[in-house]
Amino acid sequence: MSTGTATDATASRTVTAATATYRSLARTLGTGAPVYALLIVLLVALAATDPGFYEPDRFLAFVKRAAPLVILAAGQYLVIVCGEFDLSVGAVVTAGVVAAAEVYGTYPDAPWALMTAGLLLAGAAAGLLNGLITTVLRVPSFITTLGMMLILEGAVFYWTGGSPQGRLPQDFRRLGRDTALGWLPWAVLACGVAGVLVVLLMRSDFGRTLVATGDSERAAHLAGVRVRRARVLAFVLSGVAAALAAVLVGGFSGVSAQAGRGYEFEAITAVVLGGVALGGGRGSVVAAMAGAFSLQALFTLLNLQGVSGALESTVQGVIVIAAVGIGAADFSRLRRRTHPPGTPPDTPQVTPPGAAPGPPAPTPPPPATPSRTPREGHPHDPQP
Amino acid sequence: MTRSPSPRPRHRPATTVAAAVLAAALLAALTACSSDAPADAPAASGQSAEQRNDSGDKPSKFFDRTEYERQLKLAGQTPRGPAAKPWEQMLEPEMADTVRYRKKGDDDVDLCFSNAGVFNPWRQVGLKNMKAEAELHDEIDDFTVLDAQGKDDKQISDIQELAGNKDCDALIVSPNTTATLTPAVKEACGKLPVIVFDRGVETDCAVTFINPIGGYGYGAVAADFLVDKVKPKGKILALRISPGVDVLETRWSAAKLAFDKSELDVVDVKFTDGDPAKTKSVVSDAISRHGSIDGVWMDSGATAVAAVEAFEDSGADVPPITGEDQQDFLETWKDKKLTAIAPTYPTFQWRTPVIAALRILKGEQVPKEWKLPQPTVTQGNLDDYLQDGMPPLHYAMCGCQRLPGFPGDWGGKK
Amino acid sequence: MTGTALAPQPARAAAKSRAPRGRGRLADPAVGVWLAAGAVTALGWIVVAARGGDFLTLANVVGILQNCVALGLVAVGQTAVILTGSLDLSVAYLISLGTLVAATTMEDGSVVTGVLAVLALSAAVGLANGLIVTGLKVNAFIATLGTAFILRGWIEDNYTGPAGKVPASFQHLGYDRMGPVPVSLFLLLAVTAVLWLITRRTRFGHHLYATGGDEHAARLSGVRTRRTVIAAHVLCSLCVGAAALFLASRLGAGAPWAGTEARYDLESIAAVVLGGTVLAGGRGGVVGTLGGVLVLAVLDSVFNQLGVDPFFKNVVRGVVIIAAVALYARRGARRSA
Repeated sequence: MSTGTATDATASRTVTAATATYRSLARTLGTGAPVYALLIVLLVALAATDPGFYEPDRFLAFVKRAAPLVILAAGQYLVIVCGEFDLSVGAVVTAGVVAAAEVYGTYPDAPWALMTAGLLLAGAAAGLLNGLITTVLRVPSFITTLGMMLILEGAVFYWTGGSPQGRLPQDFRRLGRDTALGWLPWAVLACGVAGVLVVLLMRSDFGRTLVATGDSERAAHLAGVRVRRARVLAFVLSGVAAALAAVLVGGFSGVSAQAGRGYEFEAITAVVLGGVALGGGRGSVVAAMAGAFSLQALFTLLNLQGVSGALESTVQGVIVIAAVGIGAADFSRLRRRTHPPGTPPDTPQVTPPGAAPGPPAPTPPPPATPSRTPREGHPHDPQP
Repeated sequence: MTRSPSPRPRHRPATTVAAAVLAAALLAALTACSSDAPADAPAASGQSAEQRNDSGDKPSKFFDRTEYERQLKLAGQTPRGPAAKPWEQMLEPEMADTVRYRKKGDDDVDLCFSNAGVFNPWRQVGLKNMKAEAELHDEIDDFTVLDAQGKDDKQISDIQELAGNKDCDALIVSPNTTATLTPAVKEACGKLPVIVFDRGVETDCAVTFINPIGGYGYGAVAADFLVDKVKPKGKILALRISPGVDVLETRWSAAKLAFDKSELDVVDVKFTDGDPAKTKSVVSDAISRHGSIDGVWMDSGATAVAAVEAFEDSGADVPPITGEDQQDFLETWKDKKLTAIAPTYPTFQWRTPVIAALRILKGEQVPKEWKLPQPTVTQGNLDDYLQDGMPPLHYAMCGCQRLPGFPGDWGGKK
Repeated sequence: MTGTALAPQPARAAAKSRAPRGRGRLADPAVGVWLAAGAVTALGWIVVAARGGDFLTLANVVGILQNCVALGLVAVGQTAVILTGSLDLSVAYLISLGTLVAATTMEDGSVVTGVLAVLALSAAVGLANGLIVTGLKVNAFIATLGTAFILRGWIEDNYTGPAGKVPASFQHLGYDRMGPVPVSLFLLLAVTAVLWLITRRTRFGHHLYATGGDEHAARLSGVRTRRTVIAAHVLCSLCVGAAALFLASRLGAGAPWAGTEARYDLESIAAVVLGGTVLAGGRGGVVGTLGGVLVLAVLDSVFNQLGVDPFFKNVVRGVVIIAAVALYARRGARRSA
């Protein structure tokens, strides 16, 4: 897998080759392995539950259903890996679907391509606003995007008087509903293209910049990275991804006043399932997208298993906690071995090297896997 | 849940203190100078007893047979009142005297309305109806609406605020939750005439309680249709919005009864959260899992079109399906020539409270419980109810066609 | 990874390590938000008066204060976890479950058993949250979101709607007033006072700030950060339990959507941040939070009086929250510059 994982330059210099092996194993396990294992287990379970699941049609239908979440997860990954949050994506999806229907209510003959492009632009604008408020006004992104969520939902329903006046025509809905060449759903194609683009993006300079920013803003800054610009761009891309998801969701199921409800949490959950650290600097985008597939597979499995509708969320909660917990546990166990004897084994939270003020921290060598919470963006300028 | 030794005595003071605080609060309550609580204990009601889950195969404890039978009986009766105005009709009315509420002095009336919220299209259409109805009457000087945004706690405060407001001549309440708003409504009853509609409260202190026949009637109509149209042993998929909503629970319990008596096989009961995308997934999963689905029962129509599309997308014929009077479903029904039925929970009931309030303030009689008819959209009358140019989330049974501002204010086009 | 661990950025770490207890500085955003509450009230008064209404009537003021109670209790608890750098997204479902447990227990048993049952449930949920965050090292965001899902399933599987009934004696908490002041306001003030004492006057409180400021430094200086985080979660959940009890007494029954419809999870976090507490932890306090709650309640009341479209309200709330935090950030930056 292409890990756009943490490149802890400082850290890796301080460790021996032997520990580096463990380290890379730990990193792989921590960021990717659990989610792939989970995905495989779920897919096997799906096959066992429903032998027809892997018929091409059915499987493509499953991927098509997962596509919006996968795209959202990819966008969310970009924001999370540079140390931020985007809680507004669900609202962007809802607002996108409702606004498109409203515009079609006034201009029923608007060309679908123009409408789609307009939505993507609007998503980019929302993302740009998120990014600027977060970086220039230094509002923590959790709050920025929470506020944006309230604003977008409030504004779009205020505009439409509570429900959209128009409907989405078939040509606009084609992307979310129909198939290309008669067998390949457009949504799967869109999802694939978005996936390839984001992987290429993460391999580019910009991707490395983004990870470095999330890993240690100060180090990135000192290394000449334009931290703000990287973050703003991440928000813009997340907004575009959310708008694309809106096009797919609106296409898939038509107008709904709650099209994007809950997507923000699902997207973040998917990314975290993929082993990406909230707080940034670590994790791969492929794993994040695998997280989204896992989540969708879990939903489908719960549905097919006929788990009592009411208990579904309990199962979901337990699995998410367990999966993330196992991911974290793997880590600390492996890491402990890398610690020189005498170091307290349960000190997993260590300041990442680059972030330590002044000279690099002495012993113990900080693990490559700093762990963090949703932290606010960067309330202060890096200059002390 | 994770069990482990209690972390530290450090947090224990908090527990003690919290308990002490509560004790202090209770003590304070005993010596309190005043109380806004109703003097007597909240009305006891059988329905407020703990209600266990009735989803899946467990027997429904939510079910109230007397009420069920009453609703089915009402559904078969002809209502009293002007035929063209179902919102003024009443079923089996027991008239109550309202002379003591007659407003003296000037003719201007100030009406106040505590709304649970406008969190779904049904309520949005309803509120438009109500506002337009208020416009119709010149004697209404001011129509104040407080929106509780779905919060019980806020609605209690809203009701208190409106009841304490000298300018309100009558208070209309659309409760967010039956049980929880009872105390607040009781308190308001002592101050001004109260009109409750849609959901009820567990007190009969309101001058009138306006509601259509009800959820049992709704659920039964839809289920009977499927029993009639689907061959025996047919596989039925039941789609519900979410558990725990009283109005929806009654719909399902009535339908379940009908299905249990029939030879139909309910293969799945699923919650969709009212989300069309989830509905499509659930339906297509059900189709592939059971090979085919012979009938779809829905407890509300918001996701009916998504269900229809799921059948189309999987290449299957759309089986008999039940929906609601939402515009997009009626259009799909007509376009695709579905075998369908749409029981309704009519939004025209939002007009009635205003009419009732004015009658009460004039001292005219109103029914103690104002039961409105609950028309069903069938193949036979589909064209009467389906009006072109209305937005997809509009409700056809709005009774709003002759109101000022129609169709523009409802988002429609001429 | 630990949800509680923070990777402090240098400037912040330096700023924070200076003195988490330097009250003169810390009180600043709190003072600001109370001033803002005053300003919003004055503005509301002017706007409403201009339209011929009367904003500062006794009934209205009492209503505003009453509306502060539920959110206030949750937000004060939320402050404790946020100070440690964690957060709690499970509060909304815990409130719902709390009201249900309270009402069903009180229906069959006594008020005291009901109160104890809710507090025990809350403590257990808080403990679970804390242990998942510190023990399983699941990020607090995901951990508490997961707990929220678990609670949701539990509620949906066991309750089909409002359940139970609260005895009249317990309803005094929700409805009584001492003079013009609602009794429940005293509950809020008392809980706030207790939390203020705990956070500002005890060793544990000191640890709370230290953990949130820089967990690594705190640990090195001997703070048992895990226990601190767990205790903060328990404390938060107990406050949520108190909110559930208040709501149960006010609603007269338990309601499965008592906490979720009001979005207490995000609203409480918004109130905490509005009150000047830093989301990353280590700075802020309950007094500011109370001010934040008051601002939201006053805004709500003004909107009510003006009959503002409920959707438009959300727009304004969003703008207010972002603007307030942007202001704090500006000040913070200027100070540390």
